[in-house]
Amino acid sequence: MNINLTLIGQMLAFVCFVWFCMKFVWPPILAAMAEREKKIADGLAAADRASHDLELAKEKAVERLKEAKEEAAGIIDSANKRASQLVEEAKDAAVAEADRVKASAQAEIEQETNRAREHLRSEVAALSLAGAEKVLGAAIDREAHSELVEKLASEL
Amino acid sequence: MASAGETQTVSEYIVHHLTNLTYGKLPAGFERYDGSIVGEGGAWTMAHGGAEVSAMGFNAIHVDSMMWSIGLGIVFCWLFRSVAKKAESGVPSGMVNAFEMIVGFVDDTVRDTFHGHNKLVAPLALTVFVWVFLMNLMDLIPVDLIPHTLMLLGVEYQKIVPSTDPNITMGMAVGVFILMLYYSIKVKGFGFVKELTLNPFNHWIFIPVNLFMEVVGLLAKPFSLGLRLFGNMYAGEMIFILIAALFSAGIAWMVPAGLLQIGWAIFHILIITLQAFIFMVLTIVYLSMAHEDH
Repeated sequence: MNINLTLIGQMLAFVCFVWFCMKFVWPPILAAMAEREKKIADGLAAADRASHDLELAKEKAVERLKEAKEEAAGIIDSANKRASQLVEEAKDAAVAEADRVKASAQAEIEQETNRAREHLRSEVAALSLAGAEKVLGAAIDREAHSELVEKLASEL
Repeated sequence: MASAGETQTVSEYIVHHLTNLTYGKLPAGFERYDGSIVGEGGAWTMAHGGAEVSAMGFNAIHVDSMMWSIGLGIVFCWLFRSVAKKAESGVPSGMVNAFEMIVGFVDDTVRDTFHGHNKLVAPLALTVFVWVFLMNLMDLIPVDLIPHTLMLLGVEYQKIVPSTDPNITMGMAVGVFILMLYYSIKVKGFGFVKELTLNPFNHWIFIPVNLFMEVVGLLAKPFSLGLRLFGNMYAGEMIFILIAALFSAGIAWMVPAGLLQIGWAIFHILIITLQAFIFMVLTIVYLSMAHEDH
């Protein structure tokens, strides 16, 4: 065991290598590791946040669905109501129309009846005049007796 | 046993394995292995044998330790630099993942142990951990493989585990010690002197006693740090060498030696990792203590 210049040489080498390590090895490796650590932490946080968001979205979706269902039920309800209303209206309109048709028919019938009556009346007047002429055998003065005949006809 | 010559004994084998490839300055007048005399003013040369190594004294450098140590340091820098370039905040893959795990582990350890604010400590801990681990890892390469291969190429000695060289471990420990002193003075200022002189007996009479105890305690830190690693790795390497020597004891020893080799190698995986970890943790703890102002 002899101590010699090797000791000094090793010390110098030691200083060089430590310096190299401190300058070129340690900082980049540690920086990369720290950055990765941060990245992973960020990633985990983001994942947490995302799952939280998902939870919220799910809740929201359920709520929306419920709302939509209610809305749909409301629409169906009102549609049903509207339909029955329409039916009701149609029914009323039909009835009114029927009434109107009936009324006009009746009026027409009445008119026809009146006309027929008038006609009949005038026929009766003529007939009765002719009958009377035949019976009396003499002409009757139309103008003189028309008043009488008219009276008779209106009595019919 | 892969030996240099037929006549090599076990102890020669072991000594050969424990000798570093040394380049140093031989003093003037030293008689070399081939009988030549070193001239005036000494001579820088490769050492040839233990006697020349000890004659060189402090003016020598272990070429093999330095080369393996720096080479492994470069391997560390290259590996982690390539990962640092690839690292991004996306999904990490393969090698990036594995190396980030090491970085994360070191970072956690530093955060748990070191409470001051210092940008140096974590990279320092990473360097210490991985570099020491790589140096220790060389211990798992079969003891004869590289030295013997290099010997065939003409390199006489080769110790491939830098952490079995006290110069290497103490070099790092002294480096840590200098940092400790620097931060102690920087953070505590005069408080550091107070810590050395007025602890544990807070009275001026006891200043010499306190100073002696505190300085011994302070110096014990780098020594224990460096020598612990050296001792563990040296002992481990020694056992590998002894097991390797056992292979030469005869054909009947092949199987038990093989089993021992495997067993010790598996156990050593734990030791090399543990020693690298201990070196790192103690480095952090010592620097943490240097930052704590009482």
